[in-house]
Amino acid sequence: MVTRASAPHASDGGPDLVLLSSTARRLREDIIAMTTRAGSGHPSSSMSAIDILVALYKGGILNLDQSHPSAPDRDRFILSKGHAAPALYAVLAEHGVISHESLDTLRVIGSPLEGHPNMRRLAGVEASTGSLGQGLSIGLGHAFAGRLDGRGYRTYVMCGDGEMQEGQIWEAIMSAAHFNADNLTLIVDHNGAQQSNLLPRVIDYRPLAAKLRAFEWHVEEIDGHDMPAILRAFDSVRAVKGRPQAIVAHTVKGKGVSFVEADWAYHGKPLTASEQVRAFSELRGEPAPH
Amino acid sequence: MSASTTPFVVSPGAATRDAFGIALRDLGHSEPRIVVVDGDVANSTRTEWFGQVFPDRFFNLGIAESNMVGVAAGLAASGKIPVVSSFAAFILCNAYDQLRMSVAFPHLNVKVVGTHAGISIGEDGPSQMAIEDFALACSLPGFTVIVPADEAHTHAAVRAMIAHEGPVYLRLGRPKAPRIHEAGSSLEIGKAYQLRDGSDLTIVACGLMTATALEAHDALAAKGIHARVLDFPTIRPLDVDALVRASRDTGNILVAEEHLAHGGLGSVVAMAVGSHHPCKLGYVNLGNRFAESGTPEALMEAYGLTAPHLVAAAVKLVAK
Repeated sequence: MVTRASAPHASDGGPDLVLLSSTARRLREDIIAMTTRAGSGHPSSSMSAIDILVALYKGGILNLDQSHPSAPDRDRFILSKGHAAPALYAVLAEHGVISHESLDTLRVIGSPLEGHPNMRRLAGVEASTGSLGQGLSIGLGHAFAGRLDGRGYRTYVMCGDGEMQEGQIWEAIMSAAHFNADNLTLIVDHNGAQQSNLLPRVIDYRPLAAKLRAFEWHVEEIDGHDMPAILRAFDSVRAVKGRPQAIVAHTVKGKGVSFVEADWAYHGKPLTASEQVRAFSELRGEPAPH
Repeated sequence: MSASTTPFVVSPGAATRDAFGIALRDLGHSEPRIVVVDGDVANSTRTEWFGQVFPDRFFNLGIAESNMVGVAAGLAASGKIPVVSSFAAFILCNAYDQLRMSVAFPHLNVKVVGTHAGISIGEDGPSQMAIEDFALACSLPGFTVIVPADEAHTHAAVRAMIAHEGPVYLRLGRPKAPRIHEAGSSLEIGKAYQLRDGSDLTIVACGLMTATALEAHDALAAKGIHARVLDFPTIRPLDVDALVRASRDTGNILVAEEHLAHGGLGSVVAMAVGSHHPCKLGYVNLGNRFAESGTPEALMEAYGLTAPHLVAAAVKLVAK
């Protein structure tokens, strides 16, 4: 058995919310730095997801021993929206699974930090993703295996809201409910924007939570940048028996950097070197550089 | 290699899908990691026999092939040996991206079993007939592709597939298959099996076409043409050595398969022979067309996959 990763605790015994939020801010810088250095990648899709990833890995949610990333009893986290790989790499580095220096090799030939996660090349990556729609089915397979083996681990899968347009996702949603997969949690990074436009202008399937509830899933709907709300939602879903759970996290694409937040067209577009300087100043609350 | 005196018994044996169902159920006792993922066709693919004995290890995920392949990938990543099975046309064509991204790319230990392959399924027609599955499966890096010719080799193929570490595609048929290999025969992945020897040409075949090749062998012998017959139960990896020997010894190779011309056994044989020991090649296959509804016998005749077609192609090849 692996031991539950200890969360940073404040004096009151709960996770240190200030520390988690400052970690998420630092990892936003990592995301920007690594994609700007690479000259490609999806920083805005990573920044909408990073608070949730920090809560999972550093807020005591995932039962993960960084020195044994393939321990059979570990909790699984699958990043189905594989283009947010920089967010996953940043949090894996923060968690000590990979080195912080390795982030500089994002998308460089020979580096295991590929443009989209590759489980064969990087410890801590649970699924090779990048073709949208596949992660939830894979997560359901892990959930079945855990149940067969009597292991208590949980499987968490993060999808994008654009990704929810994929038919396979709904096949998985249907079957997970049928099999009462209560060891499976779907997190939707509901940032409202996708590659070509805002989600409501592409295929507007909202409201999402109502549809998931209609499929007999337990649903929590939260602000995906509100750290206490994220942690509460994970606590709530853990207590649910007999049903899979979804956390619909309303997020902002590019969260933390005003000029990225304001423009959905930043999808798949790194910041320039000068934009990175402006972004870091904003994230640090410093005055804008001249 | 088997001796060229291996008896060819024309009496019908079990369909390869039936042999698969029995072999899988039996292996379930000794290999607890085996789990079955079904797409609501277990009574056709025969995985229901496994499900009856091991209900906890049997998942019918409904009519949703993409999801079933993804679930199999997750099961494999957590240490199971998932056998994910449906009609070959549905699992390979409907779930190809999932086979590519969720299984082949991470090289997971998933066993993909496609039944009802080829036009010999008969009356249900082209929508149900996988005729491009070799091309698709061989285009998945790291996949092993197995096509047993009969009941005995299907039993052996299932054992070999489960023992093999890595993704496998196993192609099976619907109709009863003539007995070719002796009961209890083994099947070594990557090895061709010589069923007859001859010096004028070699007929390379797989699946149901192996029995047809044996029929053609006898008809050719009556014409004074002596054919070596090689059964290729594995298309990938390919037994290149057997092909090089055939090319060297007989000078002509005729490839017979229940598949489109493009991307099947003929393609991989041509590539191997062309690279290692070029010789004259002939092909008997479905060409570049879909079939239609009809009895299996009528379809095999109409689409050029019976012994007389092989004989005609062999005569033409040898005379070239």
